Amino acid sequence: MTDIAATAAPSTETATLPARLATGFVNRLVIIVPYLWLLFFFLVPFIIVFKISLSQTAISMPPYTPVLGFKDGVSGFFAGVRDLNFDNYTWLTQDALYFNAYVTSLVIAGISTILTLIVGYPIAYGMARAPATIRPTLLMLVILPFWTSFLIRVYAWIGILKPEGLLNQVLLATGLISQPLVILNTYTAIFIGIVYSYLPFMVLPLYSSLEKMDYSLIEAAQDLGCPPTGAFWKITFPLSLPGVVAGCLLVFIPAVGEFVIPDLLGGSQTLMIGKTLWNEFFSNRDWPVSSAVAVILLLVLTIPIMFFQQAQAKAQEQGR
Amino acid sequence: MNSTWSRFNITSIVLGFAFLYLPIVLLIVFSFNESKLVTVWGGFSTKWYVSLFHNQGLMDATWVTARVGVISATVATVLGTLAAITLTRYTRFKGRVLFSGMVFAPLVMPEVITGLSLLLLFVAVGLDRGFVTVTLAHITFTMCFVAVVVQSRLVTFDRSLEEAAMDLGAPPVKTFFQITLPVILPAIISGWMLAFTLSLDDLVIASFTSGPGATTLPMKIYSQVRLGVTPEINAACTILIAVVAVGVIIASIANKRREIQRQLDERAAQRG
Repeated sequence: MTDIAATAAPSTETATLPARLATGFVNRLVIIVPYLWLLFFFLVPFIIVFKISLSQTAISMPPYTPVLGFKDGVSGFFAGVRDLNFDNYTWLTQDALYFNAYVTSLVIAGISTILTLIVGYPIAYGMARAPATIRPTLLMLVILPFWTSFLIRVYAWIGILKPEGLLNQVLLATGLISQPLVILNTYTAIFIGIVYSYLPFMVLPLYSSLEKMDYSLIEAAQDLGCPPTGAFWKITFPLSLPGVVAGCLLVFIPAVGEFVIPDLLGGSQTLMIGKTLWNEFFSNRDWPVSSAVAVILLLVLTIPIMFFQQAQAKAQEQGR
Repeated sequence: MNSTWSRFNITSIVLGFAFLYLPIVLLIVFSFNESKLVTVWGGFSTKWYVSLFHNQGLMDATWVTARVGVISATVATVLGTLAAITLTRYTRFKGRVLFSGMVFAPLVMPEVITGLSLLLLFVAVGLDRGFVTVTLAHITFTMCFVAVVVQSRLVTFDRSLEEAAMDLGAPPVKTFFQITLPVILPAIISGWMLAFTLSLDDLVIASFTSGPGATTLPMKIYSQVRLGVTPEINAACTILIAVVAVGVIIASIANKRREIQRQLDERAAQRG
């Protein structure tokens, strides 16, 4: 992060003094408006989530007891601190359901990320080595599904994976199976859903790092007698690592908290934390507990998010 | 980079694209199914499209979604562009690390967290849930995507153009509108489109932040999907896909045209 700060914008320093003073105001406005917006609508809400996670459920609207305000002055604030209620967190540790949901979500997201990498890598590699004239078209074709609704793309899989769905019809008709496969409402369906929905997020960063690669390196390795698979693992894969890391983080982090896919494809038997939070909020109307679930989820994801941000900053720096 | 495009590469691309597109194609095909069963073909029919237009709830939701999308995408584009300029141009100010964190984190933040936290904010400030709150929520999460799109264009922008304009006496604001803006305009337009489609698609954040009377189309589709798969939903989805596809194709053709025009201009200038 500090590296970026060091490479300061040079041009403002070459401008004349009155121009700089005039620019000063505009500059400040350019920074302040989006800054305040994000502070108020992105950062402050997290503080409120944390606050409410320490309150108690109440039958009222909003359904929680007030906590920690400055309404009664500083002394009221300290009185509030005494009343802080960690019951929601103890509740999360006592009920194994939540712990299982967190662990399952992390495992499912991890496996899905690896599967997406395995599916996405050959596609990105094929695209990067395609003739330069058709590469923009291929790129467009990868991005296009991303523009169509996420919900629709997940919904499309219900008709395919159902017991009487299209996949089973095809498999039964060709005689590959004699009994319809049960895929919908299992973890397998969730894997398929995540790989399918997040594939463009994996392919795009992989493609951009593979496209930049100098393929004469591989030719050199092969000239020197290195077999193609050896050349791949020793040269291609290490050089594409920035893309691999970016792609994996782009898939893994949102997949952990995914709601739509486990809800529509996973059915009621599967357990994931995004769904737990949703049910806690919409079905049980327990805002404090769902806030506590969100706080823990955020803590779990802090490290990968920081990795992601650092990778972004690095990529930005290289783009300069 | 010239290289052999091996059979392996072609196969992986073909299979990959089949995987990406087959489900969508099947969805579209079965929206024209005569039978009420989504997976059994009963002959060609457009009756589901007709019944769609008589579904008042769905039509209302479409109208809400369109308004939320246009308003939030427009505001998000302005804010996102400012954020992109801040990220690329102002590398030294207090809180820059926090700022870039707040721009990048929403890109990967699970939607349930964003939705819940925004809802609790709206409740805390006493804002009634409805059209306004959904729009505010959509502006917040889509502006970060706009910022990333515009930023990637700004990074490759040739600053000497701006410096030349300022050396010739153009004030910074004028320089921005006459030099910088036209160059980054394609990125701003695709940023707007991205923001619009993200808003159009969003189910989770809208479910948290919306209230009675502001049901969006994805919320409506979701509640019907939970009741079962029907050809009518397939028809609604097909129309949505068609709208987005036409928009993207028009935008990319316009982009290509501009690109060709620019190349012609450059060549003319070099000859001139």
